[in-house]
Amino acid sequence: MRYLPLTPTDRTAMLAVIGAGSVDDLFADVPAEARLAGLVPGLPLHASEMAVERHMAGLAGRNLSAGSVPFFLGAGAYRHHIPASVDHLIQRGEFLTSYTPYQPEIAQGTLQVLFEFQTQVARLFGTDIANASMYDGSTACWEAIAMAGRVTRRKRAVLSAGLHPHYVATARTMARFTGDLLEFSTPKLEAAPGDAEVIAAIDDGTSCVVVQYPDILGRIPDLAAIADAAHAKGALLVAVVTEPVALGLIEAPGYLGADIVVGEGQSLGVGLNFGGPYLGLFGASEKFVRQMPGRLCGETVDADGKRGFVLTLSTREQHIRREKATSNICTNSGLCALAFSIHMTLLGGEGLARLARVNHARARQLAERLTQIPGLVLGSQCDTYVNEFTLILPRDAREVADALAAKGVLGGVPLGRLYPDAPHLHRGLLVAATETNTTEDIEAFAEALAGVLA
Amino acid sequence: MKASNTSGWRPEMGIGGSAVPGAQTASGDYGLALEEPLIFELGAAGKCGVDFDEQDAEPSPGLARFLRKAPPALPGLTEPETVRHYTRLSRQNYAIDLGPFPLGSCTMKHNPRLNEKVARLPGFADIHPLQPHGTVRGAYETMAQLADWLTALTGMAAVALTPKAGAHGELCGLLCIRAAQEAKGDARQVVLVPESAHGTNPATAAFAGYRVENIPATADGRVDLGALKARLGPDVAGVMITNPNTCGLLEREMKAISDAVHAAGGYVYCDGANFNAIVGKVRPGDLGVDAMHINLHKTFSTPHGGGGPGSGPVVLSAALAPFAPLPFVTREAGGKVRLTEEEDAGADHPQSFGRMCAFHGQMGMFTRALTYILSHGADGLRQVAEDAVLNANYVLRSLEDVLDAPFAASGPCMHEALFSDADFGLGGLAEGFSTLDIAKGLIDEGFHPMTVYFPLVVHGAMLVEPTETESKAGLDRLIASMRSLAARARAGDEELKSAPHFAPRRRLDETQAARKPVLVWREPEGPD
Repeated sequence: MRYLPLTPTDRTAMLAVIGAGSVDDLFADVPAEARLAGLVPGLPLHASEMAVERHMAGLAGRNLSAGSVPFFLGAGAYRHHIPASVDHLIQRGEFLTSYTPYQPEIAQGTLQVLFEFQTQVARLFGTDIANASMYDGSTACWEAIAMAGRVTRRKRAVLSAGLHPHYVATARTMARFTGDLLEFSTPKLEAAPGDAEVIAAIDDGTSCVVVQYPDILGRIPDLAAIADAAHAKGALLVAVVTEPVALGLIEAPGYLGADIVVGEGQSLGVGLNFGGPYLGLFGASEKFVRQMPGRLCGETVDADGKRGFVLTLSTREQHIRREKATSNICTNSGLCALAFSIHMTLLGGEGLARLARVNHARARQLAERLTQIPGLVLGSQCDTYVNEFTLILPRDAREVADALAAKGVLGGVPLGRLYPDAPHLHRGLLVAATETNTTEDIEAFAEALAGVLA
Repeated sequence: MKASNTSGWRPEMGIGGSAVPGAQTASGDYGLALEEPLIFELGAAGKCGVDFDEQDAEPSPGLARFLRKAPPALPGLTEPETVRHYTRLSRQNYAIDLGPFPLGSCTMKHNPRLNEKVARLPGFADIHPLQPHGTVRGAYETMAQLADWLTALTGMAAVALTPKAGAHGELCGLLCIRAAQEAKGDARQVVLVPESAHGTNPATAAFAGYRVENIPATADGRVDLGALKARLGPDVAGVMITNPNTCGLLEREMKAISDAVHAAGGYVYCDGANFNAIVGKVRPGDLGVDAMHINLHKTFSTPHGGGGPGSGPVVLSAALAPFAPLPFVTREAGGKVRLTEEEDAGADHPQSFGRMCAFHGQMGMFTRALTYILSHGADGLRQVAEDAVLNANYVLRSLEDVLDAPFAASGPCMHEALFSDADFGLGGLAEGFSTLDIAKGLIDEGFHPMTVYFPLVVHGAMLVEPTETESKAGLDRLIASMRSLAARARAGDEELKSAPHFAPRRRLDETQAARKPVLVWREPEGPD
């Protein structure tokens, strides 16, 4: 067995030191009724690297990979080009095979990366501070709602209709057990993002308003107006960013009055990975730091006065506070945070802005081409989207997406997949474009779509 | 006394890797001991390590009122500068690839590189979670094969794959319990947790809306069955038990505990963080467990990555399976795999407590874990548990004469050996020496320290989990270093109290970090 270094001779020598006759003697505490006499029945035996790779490659080969076809899916997971150096660097064993920096003297690499990551996220979001990451965008969103409840000591959160339905579902699951009250609704297939409805729902009992920016249909809400309305009632504004590349182009939520900004960081450095592992981003105003969930890395000095970094404010966390912790979260998403940080370092702020403009230009090109097809209408306002918009089709978009796939085009996320119970959305197809899409891809998509709808 | 300082270091030698007294270099680096500034101190605005194929386009007029006033104030670096920055930083980290990482309850085993290769196949890494079902059949099949293995290895009915990490899995299990009891109209309020539990257990139970009550331990480090039975009743929703427990011991009376909890109408949650000790040897389902999370990043070798991402699938008994979260993978009669999402939940999985996260869980960890499982097979996995337990017992018996081993007399340990800094044998550590000094001394010896001060049930706990991927020679080196450190601490070697001396940093001031937190970099203020 190629992963097990002990030899039979080693085992015999070690048992002699221990004073045990056999390895089974070491399992003497196992209750007799639960002791397996032999191997777990019905399972195959060990296999060579070659055989396992063949098996797994066979499974992978049954999937249609995004890079092999014209591809336009988004809805909270985006396909961007990841520079080759990102994946190379995160596979350095010192990053890949280390753990939570509990011993800071020999984990300064990870800790400095986290400090840099926190700074990058804070500057991207326009918040004072950020944490060292959460599981993903959806869990970060729930943690923000819970944090707003702790800050305001109120239990009722207003979720905008444009919040990703999986994020809404995640929050609903949690709220059911914590006793938080959530107001939520499904979006209308309209050009405007429905800011007035959100503002109207805020009252003196509201802990926070949760607004996705850009929203699930690609529209851009007026965060400043919502922030003013929330603050007037003593509520917080939680902004949710599922496409961080968009913040290269549109204003940072923190500068528009958002008190907490959370998001999904997958777009930078992480890749699609069929939905995980991803990267929860979490930024907030500094005055709420002691109510924040998740790990925080802070600067300090060592015994010689040299600058160094440690995990800090751990009195908020579960291993110290136990049942009084701000969250039960333990692991974060360290390696994904590293990938995000490297990609962000390669881009820099101006590179991110350029990337966002390229994405936007691609999306405009796509929208212009697709709306030439008879019978198709743009669901977003004609030009107020960044790199994702909704297309209204003449029939259920789920059938159309399947038909496109049969023609070798992955042409967007049908809203019926996300909102099975909302028939008014079923003709909507959510379409994203990124720098990875070529003019040929766009043409192939348009031709396939015209063919399917003809 | 001095003879026990095998490292040969003396305070007059200075720090930073210099063996020349008082030596200073102009650069601040010492040979291969390299310092590295922050990117904000290195980078320049406008520098970029990415080239774009296309000309810049002006944003559309409709976006004008939304535009960012200035790009994020983030410096960029070119590729050579970026590669050098992160490579230099990486050298300040200890890692499994460098040596033993015996962090108890974390199972820091070797991460096979085939796993990494497989996870990066475009058919896994480059697929979108919302692609049409027909285009991702291989992904669903992968999830189903992992589910088949996990249920077979645990003897359980079903598995919820989506939880993102161990603590998320705990929450999943408790929410299943709560949903199951609510479905019966039974609103129980209390979850019992042993004193030795990992801090996530009480945090999770509280988060799920339960009141947490502790169960005392017996003198031999196990759950007090009598006390548990006495507390069971109609208000107790269930127990959360780690087995093997955080003292590295198997709960011998687990079946009796489960039977008692079931008889009182409760459910048994087992924290599976320590499954590595029993994989292939014991099926938790045979011990009466109703729900158990499995840390794929522990037992099944997915990399810890400096603190995640993890993955925490939860195996469930038949009683709890109907309440598992969405999405949920099942095999149909013909072998075809279905992913049940909101669209079909009403018909296929109506009692689900809902969704715990966006999309379908940590697919990148599923592919790695399945690769690991297939590599080992049923026989290899059983050998994993046996070697992990053998290695831990070897460490226990090789150190119990120099360190206090509180439960050593009660029999073998499982996959981890527990020591304390309590007084023992010939007077114990000298006055003022503690677990922290042993841990920091290990850093100078070239090892990652064990888990310290956990579990809380012993004084100055040192929890050593070698895992099965350490060789005997590697363990002998670790044991020799720990024996040397114990001798130095007993002899009152003051140099140990300021260890580490040879790491990239000396002991860091955590009090200062917490008193006035500096969590982001800010430009230094200019002289005015």
